[in-house]
Amino acid sequence: MTLLLNIALDGVAYGMVLFIIAVGMSVTLGLMRFVNLSHGAFAMCGGYAAALMVREAGFSFWLALPLAVLATGLAGAVIEALVLRHLYRRSELDQVLFTIGLSFVLIASANALAGPQVQLIALPPLLAQPVDLGWRTLPAQRLFVIAVGLAVAAAAAWTVAYTRFGVWLRAAVDHPDTAATLGIPIRLVQCASFAAGAALAGLGGVLGAELMPLEPYYALKYLVLVLVVVAVGGMGSISGSLLAALALGTVETASKYLLSGWGSLPFFLAMALLLAWRPQGLLRR
Amino acid sequence: MSTASTLTTPPAWRLPLLVLAAGAVSFFALPDQLGLVTRIAIMALLVLSLDLVVGIAGLATLGQAAMFGAGAYGAGLFALHLHGDPLLGLMVGCAAGALLAFLTGAFVLRYQGFTFLMLTVAVSQIAASLVQRGRDWTGGDDGLTGYTVAPLLGQFNFDLEGRTAAIYSVAVLAGACWLARRIVNSPFGLAVRGIHENRARMAALGTPVFLRLLGMYTLAGGLAGAAGALAAQTQGVVGLDSLSFGLSAELLVMLVLGGAGRLHGALIGALVFTLLHHTAASINPYHWLFVVGGVLMAVVLVPPEKAWSWLRARLGRPQAGRQVTGRPEAGPQDAERAAEVPR
Amino acid sequence: MNPLLELRALDKRFGGLHVTRAVSLTVEPGERLALIGPNGAGKTTLVNLVSGVLAATTGKVLLAGHDLTHRSQAQRVRAGLARTFQITTLAAHLPVQRQVELALFEREGLSGRFFRSVNAYPALAAEARALLAELGLQEQAELPTGQLAYGEQRLVELALALALKPRVLLLDEPMAGVPKGEGARLLAALAALPDTLAVLLIEHDMDLVFRFARRIVVLAEGAVLADGVPDAVRRDPAVRHAYLGH
Repeated sequence: MTLLLNIALDGVAYGMVLFIIAVGMSVTLGLMRFVNLSHGAFAMCGGYAAALMVREAGFSFWLALPLAVLATGLAGAVIEALVLRHLYRRSELDQVLFTIGLSFVLIASANALAGPQVQLIALPPLLAQPVDLGWRTLPAQRLFVIAVGLAVAAAAAWTVAYTRFGVWLRAAVDHPDTAATLGIPIRLVQCASFAAGAALAGLGGVLGAELMPLEPYYALKYLVLVLVVVAVGGMGSISGSLLAALALGTVETASKYLLSGWGSLPFFLAMALLLAWRPQGLLRR
Repeated sequence: MSTASTLTTPPAWRLPLLVLAAGAVSFFALPDQLGLVTRIAIMALLVLSLDLVVGIAGLATLGQAAMFGAGAYGAGLFALHLHGDPLLGLMVGCAAGALLAFLTGAFVLRYQGFTFLMLTVAVSQIAASLVQRGRDWTGGDDGLTGYTVAPLLGQFNFDLEGRTAAIYSVAVLAGACWLARRIVNSPFGLAVRGIHENRARMAALGTPVFLRLLGMYTLAGGLAGAAGALAAQTQGVVGLDSLSFGLSAELLVMLVLGGAGRLHGALIGALVFTLLHHTAASINPYHWLFVVGGVLMAVVLVPPEKAWSWLRARLGRPQAGRQVTGRPEAGPQDAERAAEVPR
Repeated sequence: MNPLLELRALDKRFGGLHVTRAVSLTVEPGERLALIGPNGAGKTTLVNLVSGVLAATTGKVLLAGHDLTHRSQAQRVRAGLARTFQITTLAAHLPVQRQVELALFEREGLSGRFFRSVNAYPALAAEARALLAELGLQEQAELPTGQLAYGEQRLVELALALALKPRVLLLDEPMAGVPKGEGARLLAALAALPDTLAVLLIEHDMDLVFRFARRIVVLAEGAVLADGVPDAVRRDPAVRHAYLGH
């Protein structure tokens, strides 16, 4: 029983990190039909920014976190507005290749900037302290991650359902051509969504630094996981990404506990089966 | 993509002849770089197999490395447990790649676009996990070693300078180019190109779309497996990285660099990329990423075809392949082609 | 004696949407049948059901007595059913003659041959050229299909369907989008279709319909409203009501 609870808890925490990183990519894919394989690099940027701010500039974690997220969002907005928007009409393959190239350059830059070693983010005492749950203790950081994940999911759902921006977003995803003729500022929606997605990726990079160590190859190493979540959850579906991330995070954690010799096979097997069952995504028809 | 506005098809012997010529030149001009020549030939074969899937059939895949790995491990295990003859091993590797492609293709080809892409990733990751798990057979993380390859054709030892390996690899590449060109020029190749351009149209003509795609995917898997066998035999070791996602991604990069859909683009891309890697990586592995990343972005923003056209226009030469009058380009090569056609 | 094409209570629902309501209809060899109806009546859906692009919810499709209801699109083509598309659906980069040869290879069961060159079939090449000449497209044989004028592309659509030597031909708005000046050749081609071929034509152009069709079926809201000779249909009050509202 304890084992199941452990798997559930760690799985949900891992899933939440995956969700926070993946949700931006899912929206970008659904909204602009843009395959952005440099999304992992944004997560890496956020993590690196926070790590460097805490270590080199001596900032407190609670200051570095929002700053890193903001900086990543800004970087995303700039890259989108200057370069990426010109690729929306290009073929999938072109988008894949360009963004892989961008990832490569960012990986090399990370190495040039901070060297090839893993960047650790020193947690503040509040998060580092152990929390006693009765059957085990775990770092408060784990619970913090779950809480943030739920907050992000709630905020995203609220934005989509109750704000003007959310209406614009849904219209642009479902009916791109009509949306433009109705006077919806498509470029603004695209840029803002991309920036938000990048910012969230950065957030996920910081929060997940313990589970997914920050080093230059981070951008590509964990990209596959994010792609899997997006594919299984369905492009453009926020709730689908959440469900997929939690399901796959739990499968991955369970396989680490129970089938440790099999590597990531259960993860990819689960992914293949889920995709075969629902090719359009978990929550789509 | 093929934009032939005349009805002649490139003769099948042309590309293999070029390959053999290039191989001969490098054999005599660079006698101490034969290891590199072998590597380039193997990569070229692998990217050629990818071109059949991506360029001809239009299926963007990130899982071609799985077939390469299947061929490599197949040939390695064959040499280790059964028989050291390299040509038999080559056939085993080819069969292994084709079989994996056939079995997985029967599943993944039922899907399209992004879903298909992700499923190919899943297949290669699952294959890699299985190889890692089966370390008693495959050597796991340490790789498969300890097999010896018998002399080629019973006579030519795989020498330390790599002479036999280079000739062997280049010859196999030339043969594969010939086969690939025959396939693309055939009614089957035409049907697959049709499916690439317009699936609905092909279905309306009565084409069994799924079967044709599976056929091409399997043939490509066979060529990839052959490349894997060559790698296993010329390097003496098979590593887990032969199945990696990273390799599949690099293959795609090589294909795009040279231009997809024309077969010779695959060879050019493999050549350029491997040479770049060879020079840049020895300086600093991370700086290599700057180079290839920059080149990738540049190639997408300014596609090579456009660059060549622009260059040709500047030099005042007419643009190749752009026929508006519909009359075939008359010239000495057509007499050659006319002589080639009847069989 | 079986009719050539028979639809028995063909029905299609998309969830709650009932798009085709128990359509029954027979077509004899050599018939020239026009399928007309207001927009949204479900004409293209019906063609999609017959050609196999869509699977019917219930009902049957029979060709010369053979039940094709559960057969794939490709199987129906091989049984003798060919169609054209309302929106031109062609492989834009292939030369025109090549595309016709594709159809011929399929018809002859040769599209699985992966070793002989496409140029090694002179009889099929000649047949392709002859077919293009019949439709006045011989000048364009070597051009990429996408470079042809729209009206000519519609002719290529027809050429591909005819290349399959079908027994039943389904034409989905062949004149759709064709500029005024380019329609004559298409009309001539339709008039010259073989006598043994049964043709079912969807059209909005009433001129063409009354010139071409010996029989008219009117579809409204997914169901057959009228089925008979042009004059009778013209006078049918239910048809007038569906079209004109009174």
